[in-house]
Amino acid sequence: MWETLTRLLANYYETVAMILFGVGFTTLLLHRNMIKKIMGLNIMDTAVYLFLAAKGYIAGRSAPIVVDGVTEMEAYINPIPSGLVLTGIVVSVSVTAVMLSLTIRLYQRYHTLDIDEISRIVKKEGK
Amino acid sequence: MVISMGFIWNFPLFCIVLCLFSGVLCSVLPRKWAKAVSYTLVILVMCMSAGVLWYTCTMEESFVYMMGHYPAPWGNEVRAGVLEGIMALFFSVIMILSLLAGEKALAKDVEESRQNLYYSLVNLLLSSLLALVYTNDMFTAYVFVEINTIAACGLTAIRGNGRSLVASAKYMMMSLLGSGLLLIGITLLYDVTGHLLMSNIHQAVAECMASGTYSEPLTVIIALICVGLAIKSALFPFHSWLPDAYTYSTPSSSAMMSSLVSKAYIFLLVKIFFRVIGWEVISSNRIVDILFAFGLAGMIMGSVSAIFQKDVKKMVAYSSVAQIGYIYMGFGLGNLEGVMASLFHILMHSAAKSMLFVSLAGLAEASGGHTTRKELRGSGFRNKAAGVAFTMGAFSMVGIPLFAGFISKILFATAAVDNSVAKMTVTLVVLAVSTVLNAIYFFRAVICIYTPGRELPAKKTSLVFAAAMFGFAALNLFLGIFSDVVMDGIRLGMQMFA
Repeated sequence: MWETLTRLLANYYETVAMILFGVGFTTLLLHRNMIKKIMGLNIMDTAVYLFLAAKGYIAGRSAPIVVDGVTEMEAYINPIPSGLVLTGIVVSVSVTAVMLSLTIRLYQRYHTLDIDEISRIVKKEGK
Repeated sequence: MVISMGFIWNFPLFCIVLCLFSGVLCSVLPRKWAKAVSYTLVILVMCMSAGVLWYTCTMEESFVYMMGHYPAPWGNEVRAGVLEGIMALFFSVIMILSLLAGEKALAKDVEESRQNLYYSLVNLLLSSLLALVYTNDMFTAYVFVEINTIAACGLTAIRGNGRSLVASAKYMMMSLLGSGLLLIGITLLYDVTGHLLMSNIHQAVAECMASGTYSEPLTVIIALICVGLAIKSALFPFHSWLPDAYTYSTPSSSAMMSSLVSKAYIFLLVKIFFRVIGWEVISSNRIVDILFAFGLAGMIMGSVSAIFQKDVKKMVAYSSVAQIGYIYMGFGLGNLEGVMASLFHILMHSAAKSMLFVSLAGLAEASGGHTTRKELRGSGFRNKAAGVAFTMGAFSMVGIPLFAGFISKILFATAAVDNSVAKMTVTLVVLAVSTVLNAIYFFRAVICIYTPGRELPAKKTSLVFAAAMFGFAALNLFLGIFSDVVMDGIRLGMQMFA
């Protein structure tokens, strides 16, 4: 028990990332408000990027950009996770944009952001 | 000749990139041009996929194409074998047939000024499907999973009425939960193994298993990836988005969503099973049993829900839940025969389900646009091509001999017999019950469309629609009658996976 706790504290980046992932996931799954769902989605994705960035970092080294002609591998952190984070950000931006535009369309039509309420109205309309 | 053979290695990448480009291009072209470009492109992809399939079959080997010729840790790779060739060819054939058959309904459902966007989405969808089939890199797979989600969401929402907007919002939310789990799974896998290319990860996982390290993280990773892709492909407890998304979109979208989108995710899962984690690790893991249980539950519950539907289109949608259950049940059996049966079932279900959706559109058109059982009465006489196609699709789903559904049920049953007694008994019983349930609601629908009832004028079937129906019928009969050839292909492809 104690051992597990110290391990979690030692890797606090990863621990926080997993907690944030859980927060985002449950918000996206359970919240009724569309905007809050989208926030949950972004928290969830950002948690993954935090996790990746923490995994790619090597203590005492700098970002992999060559300055002052230093080209030894030992001077720099692992660049691949940073690249993945950038790609992931692009993906989550586009997904968020699609979700937001859908939310706008639904709000214009039903004047509410509550997805359960919208489903109820749609069922009542029957078409 | 040597040059031309090597040229085929470029085809998978050509297919993916051309589709991406034309997706962008179609968004600015006028409707007619967008349509022409898309049709030409899908046919081109069909020919190139056939080329890949022919090459891998005759050479009896798969090939890996390094992009820019950079080796492993820097470069990205595309891999093609027999199975990839079969899937790509199949996907493009079904896509062109669905587009042809849904043309008329599309003109009615979507505003004319936005129809070019529909073709743009179709191209993006095809490119992401092909990328999921061919890619050899886990992160690329994730990116194209998201492109696939966006394209599928657009295909549902483009109809623009309230129901389809709500359906696509729900689809999007469930789908994003799935991709979140998939992403964290891939991230963890990268952290454990230090690689993103499938073949390198496979090696690293094998070393981990041999030395006995990281066994718990690997179990977590397998669970995350399985659940993520199961949500996206609508395995039973996660299927809540499916019926609305399939029912309220325009017919060619329904056909593509049911037969291509969910199948591409399942094919990605098969690739992860065999090429990333390794089948020995997966089959000895208890997670397979969970997939087995969910699959069996889906086979029954999907059919039970389908029985209670008055709307035939929704009934066909619910039957997809049952069929996805069959596929996961095949994985859950834990032997190679089970997986091969599932792969055949993927092909069979794609062909039959898309045919059902588009023929239903023809029947609805002859019944004033309604799809309830009462309104559809007698529609089989009013639109003969659609009636025959619907009947054939229904027969295939139930598993009448001569049709592919019969073969896939035999394959599942033989795969089950090789298993432990408990698993065998459960599988055979559920298979029998599910078949009876399938027969109840599909035969009821077929009887309904051939019961004379409503007095409506017969619609003249357009030549394009009839041709598409003929193509679908031929595809289904081919799968049913020449199933040996297809199974040989699948077996060869599986050997290349290992």
